[in-house]
Amino acid sequence: MKIVVCVKQVPDTAEADVKLGSDGRGIEMEGLPLQINESDNYALEESLLIKEDRDGEVTVITLGPESADEVLRMSMAKGADEAVRLADPALEGGDAWAVALALAKAIGGMEYDLVLTGCMASDDGMTQVGVTLAEMLGVPHATYVTEMEIGDGSVTVGRELEGGLVERVEMSLPAVVTIQTGINEPRYASIMGIAKAAKREIHTKSAADLCLDAGEAGEAGSRTKLLKLDYPPAGEGAEILDGTPSEASAKLANVLKEKGFA
Amino acid sequence: MNDVLVLAEHLNGELKDVTFEMLTHARVLADAGGAKVAAVLFGSGVGDLAEKLTAEADEVLVRDHDGFANYNSAVYQPVLADVIRGREPSVVMIGHTAFGVDLAPSLSVALDAPLATDLIDLAVEGTDLVATRQTHGGKVNERVGFGDAAVRLVTVRPAAFAPQAGSRGGSVIALDTDVPQEPAFRRFVEYVEAAAGDVDITKSDVVIAIGRGIKEEENLAMINEFAELLGGVVACSRPVVDAGWLPKDRQVGSSGKTVKPKLYVAIGVSGQFQHVAGMKSAETIVAINKDPKAPIFQAAHFGIVGDLMKVVPALTEKITELRA
Repeated sequence: MKIVVCVKQVPDTAEADVKLGSDGRGIEMEGLPLQINESDNYALEESLLIKEDRDGEVTVITLGPESADEVLRMSMAKGADEAVRLADPALEGGDAWAVALALAKAIGGMEYDLVLTGCMASDDGMTQVGVTLAEMLGVPHATYVTEMEIGDGSVTVGRELEGGLVERVEMSLPAVVTIQTGINEPRYASIMGIAKAAKREIHTKSAADLCLDAGEAGEAGSRTKLLKLDYPPAGEGAEILDGTPSEASAKLANVLKEKGFA
Repeated sequence: MNDVLVLAEHLNGELKDVTFEMLTHARVLADAGGAKVAAVLFGSGVGDLAEKLTAEADEVLVRDHDGFANYNSAVYQPVLADVIRGREPSVVMIGHTAFGVDLAPSLSVALDAPLATDLIDLAVEGTDLVATRQTHGGKVNERVGFGDAAVRLVTVRPAAFAPQAGSRGGSVIALDTDVPQEPAFRRFVEYVEAAAGDVDITKSDVVIAIGRGIKEEENLAMINEFAELLGGVVACSRPVVDAGWLPKDRQVGSSGKTVKPKLYVAIGVSGQFQHVAGMKSAETIVAINKDPKAPIFQAAHFGIVGDLMKVVPALTEKITELRA
């Protein structure tokens, strides 16, 4: 079984003070740790579990700058067989459409039974590339998948809907499945795996290799247009109880007492 | 401006809240652009739902067909694409839900139309429409345009707009668009309800919720002690369930449970909209988080910016002292 996993390197902004760049079109990346997008990490793990269970081959693919090789190497250290980076400044800065088109051109030229990717990127939050890619490849898709079972030429998945409801769907292969966090327990790479992966080749492809002309790639190939980034307007927000942990806690304890909770 | 089209989402005979939220905002857009609001309703035996929508929409376009008995984006997509080609609306609004996210991107490719997802705002600016969405976990707002597209597709974040009951008295129009058979390549199998757990977090007056900031499973002991002191139950946001530290039935948020306790204490919870959707109606919300920019402080009434490992023990001590 041949599995392609689309992964993205993203900055970890969970506890960071995010600063906008001076052009208002990006954020300041300096000082932000880079890591594999969380749900992509679960997608990678799912591919490795399938590979171990039924003899498969896993190719990881990303679109991004050279720093993204780190994510590909870590994926190989965990057990991915091949790695491809769509490596061309012309491909960067695109919206979900442009990213999906580049991926579709690359994956369309490969043999594959299953394409896995995370359901959402934690940086841009688009929740869009996986399904767009499926439609461009002309194969079925399912999103927000929290359970998956491979059958004979088919895959049955559980999609997480609202309120804890799960929708089970059966699809023929090949198919694109977008993976929700929590579906498995992503492994850590071994020291030996990391050492071996450091020597592995990462295949690169340019826009020209993908037969994409200038108008189809990156920002020029985007259907939506990024106009400007801003900080969210500061709302009324919480009344902040300040001081040392002890002082702030004393204030909060009093608030809770007034309200009858303490 | 042409019509504003809103795709009605429903399950088990009930329209989702996001449908009414979108219709309310669609009215604002339509009024600004001198256009009409049309709701599109696909389903099987949905006549009464169509009637409900007439209060909000100028036209309710209904395709009532067995093929829509269960949601399947592979069935919805070609039918909706046909309706859109026929009406050429300026904008099509779809909920940013598990349903909408499965449908909208494939519709975008089928129609070669731009799609902006998870919007918190959409406004008419001159002759253009400009979308606002959030990136980087709610720390950045992004404004997005649609170029010179005639038809724009958007998915709208649930609870981004406050719904207002209308009294439009719109007309119901039955469509006869072809509905394809469910394709063999994607078949609906079944819905599976979540299993009930040992604790029903929706029944408690006090909910103590933990998030990614809890860092280690062993820190749960401190939280359990704090919750016991306040007579509350321990709930959580998604990362805690993903890590396997609490069962799924303790998760608060759009894919988990919606709670409305008298007191909600969010500890190390960043406050992604999916979580906030499940707790924003709590009477008193307290947030403890070391990141002053965490979106949870926008949802909370009281906040402490600090390390939960220091604040929670201090708070436990202060409450114990007050009671002594």
